[in-house]
Amino acid sequence: MNSVNSGRALPWALVTPALGWTLLFFVLPFVAMAVSSLTAHEGGGFTLSNYSQFFANPSYWQAMVNSLQVTAIVTVISVLLAYPFAWILAEQVPERWQRLALMLAVLPFWTSYVVRSYSWLLVLAQNGVVNRALTGSGLFSEPLQLANTRLATITGFVHFFVMLLTLTIFANLKQLSPSYRKAAADLGAGPLRTFLHVVLPLTLPGIMVGAFLTFVLCIGDYITPQILGGNNELLMPQLVMMQIGRRGDFPLASALSIILMAVVTIAYLACARWLKIERA
Amino acid sequence: MSAPLVDISSVSHRFGQHTVLKNVSLKIEPGSYTILLGPSGSGKTTLLSILGGFVKPSEGKVLIRGEDCTAVPPAKRPTTTVFQDYALFPHMSVGSNVGFGLRMRGVDGATRAARAREALALVGLATAFDKKPHQLSGGQRQRVALARALVVEPAVLLLDEPLGALDLKLRRQMQDELKAIQKRVGTAFIHVTHDQEEAMALADHCVVMNDGRIEDEGSPERVYARPATRFSATFMGESTLISGTVTEAKSGKLTVTTKLGSLSVPGTLPAGSTVALAVRPEHLVLGAAGGAVALGTAKVSDVVFQGSFKRVLGTSAADPALHFIAKVPAVSAVQPGDVVAVSCDAGDIILLAD
Amino acid sequence: MRALIRTVSGLYALAIYGFIFLPVVVLVLFSLQATSFPIPPFTGPSLRWYEAVLADTRLTSALVNSLLVAVVSSAVAVTLGFLSAWGFARFALPGSGLMRGLITLPLTVSYLIIGMGLLVLFNWAGVPKSLLAAGIGHVVINLPLCFAIVYSQMGDHQINIERAARDLGAPEWKVLLLITVPVMAPAIFAGFFLSMTFSWDEFVISFLLTRFDTTLPVEIWNLLRSGLNPKTNAVGSLVFAVSIVLVVLFELMLLRRKPA
Repeated sequence: MNSVNSGRALPWALVTPALGWTLLFFVLPFVAMAVSSLTAHEGGGFTLSNYSQFFANPSYWQAMVNSLQVTAIVTVISVLLAYPFAWILAEQVPERWQRLALMLAVLPFWTSYVVRSYSWLLVLAQNGVVNRALTGSGLFSEPLQLANTRLATITGFVHFFVMLLTLTIFANLKQLSPSYRKAAADLGAGPLRTFLHVVLPLTLPGIMVGAFLTFVLCIGDYITPQILGGNNELLMPQLVMMQIGRRGDFPLASALSIILMAVVTIAYLACARWLKIERA
Repeated sequence: MSAPLVDISSVSHRFGQHTVLKNVSLKIEPGSYTILLGPSGSGKTTLLSILGGFVKPSEGKVLIRGEDCTAVPPAKRPTTTVFQDYALFPHMSVGSNVGFGLRMRGVDGATRAARAREALALVGLATAFDKKPHQLSGGQRQRVALARALVVEPAVLLLDEPLGALDLKLRRQMQDELKAIQKRVGTAFIHVTHDQEEAMALADHCVVMNDGRIEDEGSPERVYARPATRFSATFMGESTLISGTVTEAKSGKLTVTTKLGSLSVPGTLPAGSTVALAVRPEHLVLGAAGGAVALGTAKVSDVVFQGSFKRVLGTSAADPALHFIAKVPAVSAVQPGDVVAVSCDAGDIILLAD
Repeated sequence: MRALIRTVSGLYALAIYGFIFLPVVVLVLFSLQATSFPIPPFTGPSLRWYEAVLADTRLTSALVNSLLVAVVSSAVAVTLGFLSAWGFARFALPGSGLMRGLITLPLTVSYLIIGMGLLVLFNWAGVPKSLLAAGIGHVVINLPLCFAIVYSQMGDHQINIERAARDLGAPEWKVLLLITVPVMAPAIFAGFFLSMTFSWDEFVISFLLTRFDTTLPVEIWNLLRSGLNPKTNAVGSLVFAVSIVLVVLFELMLLRRKPA
């Protein structure tokens, strides 16, 4: 638009603070991290060893494999659990109760993130409610090892992402004009075929955005695997934190962070065509 | 003759590669009601934005009251705009909306309120002062927007499709009110629309635009009776268009050869020019007892009942590409499939040079 | 068929609600018993551990720190986000798409990496670990969010409203204060509120960038080192209660605005 305005100073004055903040505290740190990742921990100087270590050391490599596996499992399970739930909320719950039903469904979303993982630890502990129930009912004589396992990590993640995905998928379903469903029914499609041929394809882009969000948040999360999975099996964020916490090895931690970010970027590029985020 | 209130000279405008206004010149007289009429994409809204100061033209000049306003921002020029979506401030009461322009001019609160009330009374909304815009109907919001723009006493009031969002009945009613208000305040109104009925009802001066150019301008009566171009003959009301070639030209008389035969019309064009002859629907006569100029026969393809009249569409027997549009009395018994003679009076044929 | 769908739907929804609420119920329930372990059988009710939390100055000062960081960083984030959104929506700037992309980029990067980057940078620049450092990090994560929310709400209608104000003689700063800010208030408020909740809950950046004075999530993390502890249950329940109150208030404010 070729609007008349009072000079070019004002628009730049408006956008410069935000741009400056992003450059100074987001781009610059990233550059610092990149430079650090190419520096030797002992004595400084240029090196590629921080990266080669990742590929050479099977335990580092394994952390990435674990992260990808856990993230993939969590994403798939969460979508599969959340979609029918969101559908029920959007289609089966009477209109006037929907807002309340949705608010309830995401209420624990607002508990502190550290506390949420801790709560699952309570549930899954050796003498927690699940094991009490299992032994009490006589199904098992010994309590099961539930906490500090991959299963616990996945449970904690799925709990969080089911809520997040329910929210996004619900919004997606509600945005669909009811005319689509009416038109499909009018043209002779039953409920199942309407769902498969009309509702599902139209909500797929929303699911992809939700799944990608899940992927990004899940693969970068430190808390859940640290509290629930423990140190039996490391995921990438735990490996990164371990370099800082135990050894103060910033260069290696930087290199591992950049590798993790690269994986997310690749995932983004792979599904970029489904992720068109539009201005409303 | 006094200087025009607004003088637009040789204005062109481009959005990127796209030229939306091509060398447009236009003069607006004080106290007139001018309508810019055209289809979407004709450049009429861009021209209005240039007048309002929201768009700076790529070329050309805009003088208002003799001053060069081409690059003057909206706030500093003697124009105000009534926006298509009204653009009322949703968080302010109707009174504050109307008083906003005065507040910006440093008018004190009491005077402001008094003048806002006056302006609201002028548009028939005296009781709405304390309401919020969302409590009003579409037509009422329209009036508030009008009052808000008028209260600062602009030299020119610009209206961007002001009635576009209203339903038909309300539109006709608001149309009459707009005209009455304009007469009362005496401010020059420039009003953009694509509705030709609105144009005919309101305009003192009607400007027909197409593809970035002014096709025709003048009083609506003149533009309707004697359109200057093919476009204005079909956009401002309907016409039957008969294509032909001038085969003889002498002493202000042309003989035009068409597929319906040779027709004689007054005019001065060189022989060999291709022309179109336009006839308004109400001037076409169907049936034997017709006008002086015979236009052959037509097969009626459609008859549309319009209440006070019937609109008849037919295809010429001599030229299947020629479509007649005629208006006949509602009691006429003409049926689709009928073959009828078509004629008109010589004086009702409009010559359009291509 | 319809009845079957309804029954299956009902059972499924119930199961998911159960799954979603299980940890929260367990958390709150076992915060209310006096024994030293938050495990079955339930022996309460008692407020013993809530008293312990409120008497713990480390926790209460962490709570104050968290609120402080949340309010200040959200205010900065929403101010910068709003101004830039306004600038981009109103004026044609060269390279606008690229710059908008840059501002929203941090949304796609995990908090861990943002925190790591700042840690490395601050370490080099000699900036000490502090609440200020964590607050800077919180602005980095919330600025793109505030920008996106406000920018998405600046439609053509808002542009026309501002044009009307300019047309009636308002200078730019009056357009901003009298028109844009009030009209955009819901988006600005939503950005501020969401930023507050994200900052209030943020762990990794605060963990990496603070040392002695720290935020509540980090302090809770420190408590976790002692294993299952009813005091953690109590503080967790308190945080949950505060969040619920905030969410309900937010909801009510939205509902109140609805008829407008």
